Amino acid sequence: MFRTVLAVLFFVGALAALAWVPTQFGAYGVGLLLGLTGYVTLASAWALFSGPTRYVSLATVAFFGIGAYTVAVLSETLPYPVILLVAAAIGLCVALVVGLATLRLAGVYFVIFTFGLAELVRQLVTWYEVNVTGTLGRYIFLPISGEQIYWQLLALAAVTIGIGWAIGRSRIGLALKVIGDDEVVAAHAGINIARVKLTLFAVSATIITLVGAIQAPRWTYVEPSIVFNQTISFLTLIMALLGGANRLWGPLLGAIPLFLLFEWLSANFPNHYSIILGLLFIAIVFVMPQGVLAMVEKLWKRPARSVPENVPVGKEVVQ
Amino acid sequence: MGIYSRRTIMFALGAVVAAAGAGAPDAAAQERSSVKIGYAISKSGANAGGAGITTIPNYKLWVKDVNDAGGLELPDGSRLPIEVVEYDDRSSSEEVVRSIERLATQDEVDFILAPWGTGFNLAAAPIFDRFGYPQLAISAVTDKAPEFVKRWPRSFWMHGGGSDYTAALVDILAGAADEGTINRKVAVISVAEGFGIDLVTAARADFEEADFEIVYDRTYPPGTTDFTPMINEAAQSGADSFVAFSYPPDTFALTQQTQVADYNPKVLFLGVGTQFPSYLAANGEKATGIMGLGGTDVSNPKVMEYRKHHEEVLGAAPDYWGSVVTYATLQMLQEAIRRVGLDRGDVTEELATGTFDTVIGEVKLQDRQFRDMWWAGQWQDGQFVALAPADRPGASKPRLPKQPWAAAN
Amino acid sequence: MPTTVLISGLVLGGTYALIAMGLTLQYGISRIMNLAYGETIILFAFGAFLLFSVVGINPLLGLIFILPVAFALGYGIYGIMMQPLVRRSVKTGNLEVDSILATFGLLFVIQGVMLVFFGSNYTSYNYMNVGVNVLGTTIAANRLLAFALAVLIGGALYLALAHTRWGTRVRAVAVAPNSAPLVGIDVNKTARFAFALGTMLAASGGVMISMYQTFTASMGVVFTMKALVVVIMGGLGNLMGALVAGLLLGLVETFVATYIDPGLTLAATYLIFLSVLLWRPSGLFGKAAR
Repeated sequence: MFRTVLAVLFFVGALAALAWVPTQFGAYGVGLLLGLTGYVTLASAWALFSGPTRYVSLATVAFFGIGAYTVAVLSETLPYPVILLVAAAIGLCVALVVGLATLRLAGVYFVIFTFGLAELVRQLVTWYEVNVTGTLGRYIFLPISGEQIYWQLLALAAVTIGIGWAIGRSRIGLALKVIGDDEVVAAHAGINIARVKLTLFAVSATIITLVGAIQAPRWTYVEPSIVFNQTISFLTLIMALLGGANRLWGPLLGAIPLFLLFEWLSANFPNHYSIILGLLFIAIVFVMPQGVLAMVEKLWKRPARSVPENVPVGKEVVQ
Repeated sequence: MGIYSRRTIMFALGAVVAAAGAGAPDAAAQERSSVKIGYAISKSGANAGGAGITTIPNYKLWVKDVNDAGGLELPDGSRLPIEVVEYDDRSSSEEVVRSIERLATQDEVDFILAPWGTGFNLAAAPIFDRFGYPQLAISAVTDKAPEFVKRWPRSFWMHGGGSDYTAALVDILAGAADEGTINRKVAVISVAEGFGIDLVTAARADFEEADFEIVYDRTYPPGTTDFTPMINEAAQSGADSFVAFSYPPDTFALTQQTQVADYNPKVLFLGVGTQFPSYLAANGEKATGIMGLGGTDVSNPKVMEYRKHHEEVLGAAPDYWGSVVTYATLQMLQEAIRRVGLDRGDVTEELATGTFDTVIGEVKLQDRQFRDMWWAGQWQDGQFVALAPADRPGASKPRLPKQPWAAAN
Repeated sequence: MPTTVLISGLVLGGTYALIAMGLTLQYGISRIMNLAYGETIILFAFGAFLLFSVVGINPLLGLIFILPVAFALGYGIYGIMMQPLVRRSVKTGNLEVDSILATFGLLFVIQGVMLVFFGSNYTSYNYMNVGVNVLGTTIAANRLLAFALAVLIGGALYLALAHTRWGTRVRAVAVAPNSAPLVGIDVNKTARFAFALGTMLAASGGVMISMYQTFTASMGVVFTMKALVVVIMGGLGNLMGALVAGLLLGLVETFVATYIDPGLTLAATYLIFLSVLLWRPSGLFGKAAR
């Protein structure tokens, strides 16, 4: 109990420190923190659903784009907090509909389905804009500074990780672990698989929608090809998998080094960025098969021999 | 769980602080030995194709030319070489914004060249403005430029707006229709991206005003590869003119597929891509008579010299639309620095009010917009010549109707 | 005109089927989810372009050089990159995730190499771009060729899989990779061969596409995704499925473009794809999910 309180206190303290950080750095520092926090949130939210269920989703950008587009459409008509609420509501509704329809798909079928979903949403938004409103591309002139965006994202990241933590300690978390290991066993144990999965999918998608909504004012101009950029889905997935999608802090530990790496590479090797990045990726797969967190834990544990090997809760289980 | 959380938080915190710390500005003051010029451009990703044709080569060419001449000249006659800081924005809005923040606050460059594309120039505009950099938005086509110059008083818009291009096109077609060369029916298709929609919306109004009937009007998603259904419909629509506001891959595909279908409209106007030298390389004699946006005054010896120089240095010919304007814009920046020095406020003022001698002749901006663009062109005798505005010196006469495909064999 | 729509739709679908069949081999048999598949296609499109514009060899003749190179490349990639992952996955069961991550890296490497060598420009040339009359419909000869190649390859491979010993081995590996060794099948060799064969199909798709489509170094992902959609719709590892699904997508796109709205072609593609999956969760020809 004491440990939990301490952990929470530490968490709050760290959060306060992180919130204070941007006042010390220029615009670029803020931009860096902002982008970083955005991806930490995306990867953590992605892992909320995909980590325990092992459903690899490429629909990230569908929800991200919905959030950004909602802000673009409503920025002139509604106050900003209300827009965020509307965006979250739309994200939730889409997630529920999609979730109900798709969760019976498994494995790679689900992967490609979610990819198709993202493209479908993009095509429909485009078609609607072209044929109904007659313009494509919207302007967002909201007076929101980089710091403010960063603070919002930081809060959202904290909430996301908080949710992950709460789930891990709840009945639903236990249920999830069983589902991830073996769905048949889970069903026999009386777990309502569909409901658990749907809930998680909806929560995860809503958070992702909010990330899109919060970041949108940075870009001034929004059109489908900009906000429904598939790269976002891929990067989120890679970051979460790299860190270890099954662990609470895994996505964060995947997102931070990767994001900084991208930044460093694109600044120092603008012409060979892709090649170096690709080689690093391949190297990572070979050197750190279980993700960064597992690697860190392993290194951490080595000196302390007394800790038994099977302590980590979310240890990858053989299928 | 407690142990891991704490440790990981510390680890995370350490990483963030380290990252932020790495960004602390280098305070070492030193004698100026160069002029730092930075840009963020799409070297990879979806926009790389566009940026790689018009923008990147001309940025490189200009820097090379300036440095070969000993550097940028300052008001006191001294010269400082250009030091380039370049980033790849990976075709992402967020990256553009951050890279430009980085150029402004981290690298503290003296000037920042604009990114590629309308959307990215808009994303970057607030940053340019906040940090007091003049923004020479070259590859951005927008009708809202008059509004933007008010919103961002350091922004310059060099490429005109959609309605400039469509008005010129409709003008040419109306002329041909008045002479009885073509009928007053037109088939239009457009790509469902900001660019295509802007143009087709403007074109609809212009066509209606000029008493044209749009008998086929469809929009297709970017990435479409098979245009056969649209070509067939357009061929049956009875229109003498086929207009496509298309992206380069679509433009190349349309050119091929209209040949296959043996569809011979009297006017064939295709969007971005017709101006590329590779268009001529791919289509040869068959390009003759095809119209498109932009165009180049091939009777201007300075322009032709620039084209030759571009090809010699970079190994590839420039396109017939934005390239020469990109280079001319950079020359304006160079000249403004020569006149008033490196103070960004003074340079902005000079760019807005001064008159400059460039490869495209004398340039004076109107309300911080470049209005002497060529709006429409046509392939004639192996060159993509400028047609409109028709009353400007250097304009060629449109040759209509376009020869049928078979005649080019 | 319905026959026009039918024929041009089928021909368009031929391209889709052609690029999808290689991927279905790679995923269905070698179990490698190859995200770099589209980059491979583009790489060989550039290859065909180089042969055509620099050396002056026409793309069809070029296939003679390109296909063996592609096979060797696929064989090498599998041996160097995938084999260790496959071996490792016996213990961890992580092959799917590992192969996604590794080929994602490979995607960047191939793309980066192409950017360095060819730049980011649009590339295009014309070959066999003449109309051919098929039952009253004019079709580009190069597209017709791609269609013919798709049907030919699809048919030949289908027959080989159904009626040869090799085919039986391959199917055994696809269906039960863990049990196949029990009957004396070298799973590794079979998988490696299938992966190389898949790369070869990607190359032939790339050569065909280069004849009528403009491409850039960054465009690979478009092809990967189109191929994936077709593969999934047809059922993983099912060649006939890929062929039928590819043709079906072509028909749908042409039909929608002609009768409804060209703006909805891609939306229709994904709608059909999503509906097929909801109706049959393992694809048109897929066996029930494991």
